[in-house]
Formats: sequence, structure tokens, C-alpha cells
Amino acid sequence: MSSTVLSHDAAHHDAHGHHHETFLTKYIFSQDHKMIAKQFLITGIIMAVFAMILSLLFRIQLAWPDKDFPILEVFLGKWAEGGRIKPDFFLSLVTIHGTMMVFFVLTAGLSGTFSNLLIPYQIGARDMASPLMNMLSYWFFFIACVIMIASFFIESGPASPGWTIYPPLSAVPTAISGSGLGMTMWLASMTLFIISQVLGGVNYISTVLNMRTKGMDLWKMPLTIWSFFLTAIVGLLSFPVLVSAVVLLIFDRSAGTSFYLSDLVVQGQILPNEGGSPILFQHLFWFLGHPEVYIVVMPALGLTSEVISTNSRKPIFGYHAMVYSLVGITVLSFIVWGHHMFVTGMNPFLGGVFMITTLIIAVPSAVKSFNYMATLWRGNIRFTPAMMFAIGMVSFFISGGLTGLFLGNAALDINLHDTYFVVAHFHLVMGSASIFGMLCGVYHWYPKMFGRMMNEKLGYFHFWLTFIGAYLVFFPMHFMGIDGVPRRYYSFTEFAFMEKWVSVNILVTWAAIIAGVGQLAFLVNFFGSIFRGKKATQNPWNSNTLEWTTPVEHIHGNWPGEIPTVYRWPYDYSKPGHNEDFIPQTVPFSQTMSSNMPHDFEGNEEAIRIQEQWNKENNRVEG
Amino acid sequence: MGANEIELEDLQRQRKAQKFNLWLGLIGMFMMFAALSSGFIVYTASGVDKGIKTILPQAFIYSTLVIVASSLTLHFAVKAAQLNQLAKQKMLLIITIVLGIVFFILQVQSWGILTEQGVYFINNNASQSFIYIFTGLHLAHIVAGLLVLIRAYFGATKPIAQDRNVFRMDLAAIFWHFLDLLWIYIYVFLLLNQ
Repeated sequence: MSSTVLSHDAAHHDAHGHHHETFLTKYIFSQDHKMIAKQFLITGIIMAVFAMILSLLFRIQLAWPDKDFPILEVFLGKWAEGGRIKPDFFLSLVTIHGTMMVFFVLTAGLSGTFSNLLIPYQIGARDMASPLMNMLSYWFFFIACVIMIASFFIESGPASPGWTIYPPLSAVPTAISGSGLGMTMWLASMTLFIISQVLGGVNYISTVLNMRTKGMDLWKMPLTIWSFFLTAIVGLLSFPVLVSAVVLLIFDRSAGTSFYLSDLVVQGQILPNEGGSPILFQHLFWFLGHPEVYIVVMPALGLTSEVISTNSRKPIFGYHAMVYSLVGITVLSFIVWGHHMFVTGMNPFLGGVFMITTLIIAVPSAVKSFNYMATLWRGNIRFTPAMMFAIGMVSFFISGGLTGLFLGNAALDINLHDTYFVVAHFHLVMGSASIFGMLCGVYHWYPKMFGRMMNEKLGYFHFWLTFIGAYLVFFPMHFMGIDGVPRRYYSFTEFAFMEKWVSVNILVTWAAIIAGVGQLAFLVNFFGSIFRGKKATQNPWNSNTLEWTTPVEHIHGNWPGEIPTVYRWPYDYSKPGHNEDFIPQTVPFSQTMSSNMPHDFEGNEEAIRIQEQWNKENNRVEG
Repeated sequence: MGANEIELEDLQRQRKAQKFNLWLGLIGMFMMFAALSSGFIVYTASGVDKGIKTILPQAFIYSTLVIVASSLTLHFAVKAAQLNQLAKQKMLLIITIVLGIVFFILQVQSWGILTEQGVYFINNNASQSFIYIFTGLHLAHIVAGLLVLIRAYFGATKPIAQDRNVFRMDLAAIFWHFLDLLWIYIYVFLLLNQ
């Protein structure tokens, strides 16, 4: 079996191909990782559009707090009576926007899509370790999405205590209208979502550790796989903690226990709950919540590493440093949660500890940023749409990451906590950066998913609108935050000192609307290209990784015949002495005598001797 | 390499991965109870009026003995499965399942004893509510464990191929022993905080 499989080999089915597929088993209850990846992606895109519309709605309220928009009443009914969004509904919008973006789009839509697609492909496996669990993972996610959206169709409206669902607002069903059935549905949805994530995550870890093809040792894995692998570990260790927090919350809500509740008066009535501590919830929540933001950003880091290296036609700079910095982020992510709670009356000494651990995260993050730039440096850069988004991701990661240094400082945080500065920070560093990572992945791996290419012109148009739009939306928020404008305020103009920010809010909202409309370019491109895109070749980007050795036509088991063996790391781009600017991982060193380096052989003396002899015979001087 | 050999190798690899999945799942479950433990510690440290402040019911000792015994019988059931002694395997599995059910009943009974002692679930000293949370969540896992055991039993009665039977038993045993250890952990944790 040759190491590179040609597409016409697809006709030769092997032992794995014999499955009688109906429409139902192929497109709906599929256990094939490629189909599940597409399901995750399309569901994720739908949720992203939904969450984006929610954000535009509350942006309208923020820009024109005193204006009526009768059209809103047509769509939202009593939630926008007289054309103005109600305060309760405003809180619901903020809450569900955050929940959907963080969990459904940037966790399931991002790592669900690309872990499923790329893990089996890039490590050389026929499928996931447990395809059944994989399918269940998607369907739990799907039901979670349905329940979350369904909460918009109930009398009392969706949950509204913010995506962090702090008690008591989330724990007392009578607190505000969103604390009732809407909150219950939020909890039901998130419970299913956690099950989905654990099922998926377990599968990703196990597949990476057990199903790698011959020759694919850990240090030959692409950075994408490293990032999915570590992301899954973070998820596995942190999501169960949220389950515990939610279980206690559910009992507080429904059974009358007092884990989080104490000394409350709601609508003139004294609640019986005594002795609970809302801070306990915050601890449990942020033990998940902080790792969660790395669950969101790490896959984006992995995807962009791969895309930037491929499109710079250069090996990734500091491959080992990239891996170790991901490992560093993974470990650190579990010991920094307290920085969300600096102002809860935390012991200043403890605050100092959390501050130090938080600021240490700047080290691996900076390593990654510098490595990205060093990879780009003097590369033979191809500005494909995927590459544009990858570079955009690096830009957001840096500009948003820098403000993390301010927020991570326990003393400065007293001023900045819960202001728009925080909103600006995390929307850049994890929101925009991860969305760009995800879009970069979509543009780059679209040919692998659908066998067709996306339209480049629309891609550039989409990039520039989104890139400029995102900066126009989030950058001004830094200044608002420094001035003390608090987040999640419905009618901030009630405060005289904030009135001057209305003009800025109008700019931000217009930028959001234009960038939002710009996403149509993506949607048209994405869905249109499925049917009308240019047919893709097997390896359209001249990439080294294994997924491009599979036939364009998807087959069950990915490779017809034997799975290819891996001989080298995935970043042999522009290797001096080779006649092409890429050498796929499946090409053995015996076929690339003119470009081999001594360190390629990892101390294998026989191989070095053969190489040296060849060098002598061919008058080759190693560079 | 023949197609059969490839298939066999793939199957072995897949089984190894599935077993590994189970271990990872156990880590997830452990994290859940670790979170509850740390929640308990943080909560209990928040005031002198907090804490368990009661003697844990004797029924917990009996239930501990029962679940340890069930682990033993399951261990021998796995041994029997490996030696292809189907009848013995089935009998030991039934004993294990019965012991599991007895454990369940004892735990529920101990809730009754706790309420008689005045330790209610709905309680302004939530350290006491935590006892119910710990035991309740553990029982939810026991129910899952019983389902796994019942599935293994039906696998043995059908009977399915010997290697699948052994594999199923293996997985069931890992899970059940974990639940056993988990209970011992919870019990010791509660005793230390008594």
C-alpha cells in the first residue's frame, strides 16, 4: 500500500466499508465522526446566528435607550411593548447571548466540530474510540439547544441572571420573571450540555491516546490535536464540578435547602432559608467557569497554529514550546478561578495568590504569541481567507490578552470589576479570538468537510467586515469601563456621569449591526458552496497532515485499505534541499535523502550512517 | 495481513480505548464528588454553627459491609467468566445484584434514621443537607451500576460470544469496584467531619 492514497482507490472498499446506510443512519443518527462534525458545526452556526441577533437587540437598547422601535413589538410582543425592550427581557437577552456563545457556539460548535473532524483524521484512526458515545454527545447537545431556545416561548421568558447564574437571582424562583421556569429550563439544558461535553471529551482523550496510527508518537502530532486533547482534559476535570454546583442550586430552587441562600426578603416576604453562602456557588462555578474560557480558546489556538504554519510555508516556530505552553495553560487554568471573585470580600492574601497565578498565564500566552509572529516572519505567506482569520485571531489574542494583565491585578480589579472594561477584555481575548479561530478552521477545512471550496472573495469581504467591526464594537468599551460604566445596566442614562457615553454606544451598535449583516456573506458562502462551490482537490493547501491523504469522497473508515504510517512531524514546510515546499507526514525519510537533517533521525545511528554515506556519494553538504 | 487479522487488531484497539473511556468517566465522576467535598469543607468552615453535628447512623456500617461483599462476589463472577463457567458467573452476578439492591435499601433506610435524629435535608445548617447530597448522588450512580450489572447478566444468559462476555464483565467490574471505593471515600470523609 503506497503511503499516499489516491481518490480513485475509494472504490476499493475494505472490511470497514460494509454498512447499509439509510438516510436516517447517514445524516441523522450517524456515528461517523465526519458527519457528527458537520452536525456540530451547522448547529453551532445556527446557535451563533441566534445569539448574534440577541446581542443586536440589546445593543439597540443600549444605543437608543429613549427611543421606540415599533418593529420590535411585532417580533417580541409583550417583551417589547411600545417598541422598547423591557428590563427583564434585556437581562434575558444578555444571559442567553452569553450562554449560547460560550457553551453552544464556542465550546460545542468549536471543539465539537473540529475535535470530531480532525482527531481521527490527523492521528490516522478510522473513527473515534466510541462512535456511539460520539453520536450521543451530539444529540444531548442538540436537545440542550432546543430547550434553551424553547425558553423564549414561555410566558415568563428565558433565564436572566447572567451566564454565570449567580444565586440568589438564579436560586429564588420568585426573584424576577426569568428566575422561574426560564431558569429551570436553563438548568435542564445545561445539564444535558454537560453530559454531551463529558461524553465527547472522554472520547477525544481516549482516541488521541489509543487510536494513533503507526509512527504517530505524541511528538509527531499536529498542534491541533494537542490543543483538542488538552481542551478535552480541561473539560473532563471541570464540567463535573459544575454538575455539583447545579445539583445544589436545583435543590435550593425546588426543595428548599439553603446551600446558597441566606437572609433574603423577596417582594416583602422573608424567605425561610438561612445559613447559605452565595460565595460557595461562585467558587464552584468559577472552578468550571475559568477553565471554560480556556476550553473556548485553546482549540482556536490549535487551529490557527496549523493554518499559520501551512500558509506561511514554514515550520511552526517552537513546536515544543507551543505544546508546553498549552500544557502550562491547562494546568494554570485550574488555579486562577479566584480572580473572578476579588471583590467578594476575599482574604487579600488569597487574592494575592490568585493574582500571581493569573499573571503567570501571561507567560505561556506570550510564548504562543511570539511563536506565531516568528512563524510568520519571513514566511512565504499565502493570504487565504483562513490565513486572514488566523492572523486576526492572533491580533485579538494579543490586544485582548494585554488587558488581562490589568484585570488580573487584584487592586486594579476593584475599579474595573463588572465594568465594560471586562466586557471588552473577554470579548476580544476569548470571544473574537475564538470565533476567528473557528472561522479560520471552517475556511481551511471546508474542502475536507464538503469536498468543495468556499468562495475566496466573499471570504475576504467577510473577514474585513468582521475584523474591523469587532474592533469597533469592543475597543471603545475599554474607555467606558475605565470611566466606570457597569456592564448589564439596562438604563445607564439614568446616571448623569454615563450620559456622555450614549454617542459611543451608538457607534458601537452601528458597528455591531454592520458586522452582523456582514455575516450574511459567510452564511451565503458556507451554505451555497456546499452545492455550488468549486470541486476541491485532495490536498488543496499543500498541507502535510494526514487528513489530506484521505480521498475527497468521504468513506466510512476514512482510508481505503490500510491506514498510512507516519514518519515525520507535520511541519516540514520549505525544507531546504527538497524539491517541493511541503513533505507530508507519510513520506519516509528514505524518499527525501536530499533534505534530511541529522536531528530527523532522533539518534538512530544506522539511519545517520546511511544518510552520511548518501551525502558523500551525492556531494551534499548539510546546511 | 489478512482482513480478519486487521479486524481483530482494530477490535482489540477499540476495546482498549473503550475501557480507557470508562476510566476517564470515573475521573469525571470523582471530580464531581471532589467538588462536593471541597464545597462541604468551605461551607462548614464558614461558621461554628455549621458541621454535621450528629452521629452517623449505624446502617452506614452495614451498607459498607454489603457493598464490599458485593465487590467480592463480582470479582469471583469475573473470574468465573474468564474460566468460561457460565452457570457460576450468572449465580455470582445475581448475588452481586441482590447485594447492590440491599445496599440501596440500607442507604434509604439510613435517611429515615437521620430524619428521626432530627437531621433533615431542608436545613439551615447545610452541612447536614450535604449528607443527603453525597449519599443521594452516590445512589444515583449505584442505580447506573445495577443497570450495567443487569446488562452483563443478560449477556451471560443469551449467551453472547465468550470474549464479549468477558469484556462486558470487565467493564462492569471496574465501574462497580469504583462505586464501592467511592462509597468508602464518602463514608470516611463524613466520619472525619462528624
